[in-house]
Amino acid sequence: MYLKDLLRKNIREYGMFIALFVIIVIFTIMTKGIFISSRNISNLLNQTGYIAVLAVGMTLVIVIRHIDLSVGFLAGFLGAVAAIALEFWHLPVYVVIPMIMGFGILAGLLTAYPVAKLGIPAFVASLAGWLIYRGALLLVTAGTGTIIIQDKTFNAIGNGYIPDIFPNSNFLPKVHKLTLLIGLVGIILYIISAINSRKKKQAYHFEVLPTNIFILQLVFVSVLIGLITWVLSGYNGLSWTVVIVLIVVAVYHFITTQTVLGRHIYAIGGNPEAAELSGISVKNLTFVVFGSMGMLSALSGILFASRLQSATTTAGQLFEMDAIAAAYIGGVSAAGGVGKVTGSLIGALVYMSLTSGMNLMNVDIAYQYVVRGAVLALAVIFDVATRRSAK
Amino acid sequence: MIPLLEMRNITKEFPGVRALDNVSFSVYEGEIHGLVGENGAGKSTLMKVLSGVYPHGTYSGDILLHETLQEFKGISDSERAGIAIIYQELALVPEMTVYENIFLGHEIHRGLVVDWNETIKRANEMLQRVRLDVNPETKVKDLGVGKQQLVEIAKALNRDVKILIMDEPTAALNEDDSANLLNLLREQRSHGVTCILISHKLREVIAIADSITVLRDGKTICTLDNRTSRVPEPVLIKSMVGREITNIYPPRERHPLDEIVLEVKNWNAYHPQLGRDILKDIHFNVKKGEIVGFAGLMGSGRTELALSMFGNPDGYHVSGEIYLYGNQVHLGHPKDAIKAGVAYLSEDRKSKGLILIQDVKQNLTLANLREIARRGVIDGNAEIQVATEYKDSLNIRTPSIEQVVSHLSGGNQQKVYLGKWLFVKPDVLILDEPTRGIDVGAKYEIYTIMNRLIQQGMSIIMISSELPEILGMSDRVYVVSGGKIVSELPIEEASQEIIMDLATDY
Repeated sequence: MYLKDLLRKNIREYGMFIALFVIIVIFTIMTKGIFISSRNISNLLNQTGYIAVLAVGMTLVIVIRHIDLSVGFLAGFLGAVAAIALEFWHLPVYVVIPMIMGFGILAGLLTAYPVAKLGIPAFVASLAGWLIYRGALLLVTAGTGTIIIQDKTFNAIGNGYIPDIFPNSNFLPKVHKLTLLIGLVGIILYIISAINSRKKKQAYHFEVLPTNIFILQLVFVSVLIGLITWVLSGYNGLSWTVVIVLIVVAVYHFITTQTVLGRHIYAIGGNPEAAELSGISVKNLTFVVFGSMGMLSALSGILFASRLQSATTTAGQLFEMDAIAAAYIGGVSAAGGVGKVTGSLIGALVYMSLTSGMNLMNVDIAYQYVVRGAVLALAVIFDVATRRSAK
Repeated sequence: MIPLLEMRNITKEFPGVRALDNVSFSVYEGEIHGLVGENGAGKSTLMKVLSGVYPHGTYSGDILLHETLQEFKGISDSERAGIAIIYQELALVPEMTVYENIFLGHEIHRGLVVDWNETIKRANEMLQRVRLDVNPETKVKDLGVGKQQLVEIAKALNRDVKILIMDEPTAALNEDDSANLLNLLREQRSHGVTCILISHKLREVIAIADSITVLRDGKTICTLDNRTSRVPEPVLIKSMVGREITNIYPPRERHPLDEIVLEVKNWNAYHPQLGRDILKDIHFNVKKGEIVGFAGLMGSGRTELALSMFGNPDGYHVSGEIYLYGNQVHLGHPKDAIKAGVAYLSEDRKSKGLILIQDVKQNLTLANLREIARRGVIDGNAEIQVATEYKDSLNIRTPSIEQVVSHLSGGNQQKVYLGKWLFVKPDVLILDEPTRGIDVGAKYEIYTIMNRLIQQGMSIIMISSELPEILGMSDRVYVVSGGKIVSELPIEEASQEIIMDLATDY
């Protein structure tokens, strides 16, 4: 009874997790366990990486009531520039990566300019970017076609794994011990911070989850983290991609929930006029949000190029749509002001799980699009319906 | 004689407010009927009941046309019955041509195809009828406000309107356009069109109306015959404001200092979208510990004045000087104004004040997050302390400071909004209609808070359309009309009649 009330109240929060869980169970059964295998999960997470970082940036863009369609081909284009810088200009990878991220920021600011200064709808401004970067990608790869990247460090970003500690010890052979350790530390940190925040809330007499439910939640999340790290440590351990995505999500989660900047961004999304009259410069923050989107597009381009170990003429195609879909599945509201970066991460996982699972089942690509579309529609309908019933 | 329109015992309630209290209102065929009253007296609500904006069943009482009971379920019902309202904010499509607008929703068509030639021919006839000499193929956005108004009237007449309701038709017009419009109404009267004219400009009403009904506090006060002899203006004002000020204002014990905190000189503003000057040659000052009332009608330029000073977010072209404590300041963005010690509480707390989807605590701290943050990271404990402090000191009734503000009552929302500006700790607090739409109890609390702030040395500019509030709270009153300050009155010399007279005169 109590649990039912709680579920109803927090259905929006839990909905995505439940959806992800259901998808995992269905695919595991349909593929006779291949889906949940260490190798597949590891692959799935690496594939999710370049969409997940885009979805994180897109979350903020949608929160301030805009959209950015240019990010897909911008990622593809910057990935190609990275390949050229490495292979033809022979720049060291430690120069190339910050440089590409810098280009990404510039590109984001360029998209923001007509939006913030001239009031042009972001849809149009970024559609122009979509065309321009698509053309630019074709241009820089015109002479060479696909550019193969030889740089080992660069390629490790999308394919490598973190090193293990005591790789040759007899304790737990064939298991990636550092990954397990990180998972364990993660669980402990999670439990400590959850208990602390609950204590703080209780001290202020705020509403908290009842103790038994709280413990249930702790156990559930801990088991989840534990399972994932256990599965991963059975293959090659944590990949660098996953580490990068986790860092990006952690940083953006911190910014959006703990900082003045984050609060200002959500205020603009909630009511731009009121935010402006509260002394927040909507213009400046539009530049910041699009700049961050550009930077994450660059990161996405690097992850993708590194994963393929090459830059191709079609890199980045439809990434923007995948990222937008992931953000909406993750509970970001098109009306603005609502959405979490952690939600978008889960959204990206749901979306990429569908792709991965259906690929394993050899589902025709035509049906794959239909299924993905249906899931997106369901997610948004669910979101709107629960929002309305909450009122 | 039987009235064309009769509204009997109309009562309309909103949560916490009785907007119309047993109002009766009759209009006879072929007359121009003036409807006057203070802001909030219930004129607009009455017209919304009549036009079906508030459908049958949401009010009590009867509407009769030619003695037949009407039950309008929406605007289209009342339109069909021959009632047309022309609002202050015109309802034309700016990107469409004059003829498209006139026939919008009533296109002349053969089958599925619109007959544009016939449309333009008929549009020309309608334009002649309202004496508007423009090419019907002109886009509406290229016309001035006065001409747009005439297009609206043409649109209404084209629908064979029986009762034409004009809501403040001359508020945005200059004198020539106003005179034109009034002449047109007279002419339409001779063609048998019945007209209800809502206006704050009493002289206009007296000049043109056949009878005048006065509303006050949601009640019909009187209906005066203006045909045989003109109703004297003071009589009209008296019946509009003739309310006794009981002790709805907390006692005043303040002694403003002589130190001038804020001074504005030669202040002008031009509205680029409207294409006209909205503020002309404004001079005023505010002393330490003083409440300065800005009285005037809606649309007189008070809100524009406040916004143009508060960092000018709407992008008017402004000129003039602002001095704070004798030093000239340039406030190019609301954040500059806040930094300089000026805060502005908008008249529209929902669309310009609060972030409705966020909670009480987030709204309270939004304008001054730096104070509770270190290196850009918000200190959650400090935020809770601040929010709790303001919740207690302002007596905000909410189950928790984590309650989303859209769930609070109007009065409590207003207190959250006020608290947000108090946390900024300004020297000058501009309050634009600080008690609009909230109940008497919450009003009293807000007045008490204002008095407390003054004692702490803050200065308050209070913009209000409620004259009793201006008189009950201010130390000094500026009367604004037509974008100018037309008068400065010490509170001892101010009365409702004097202010209303000044405010309606331009």
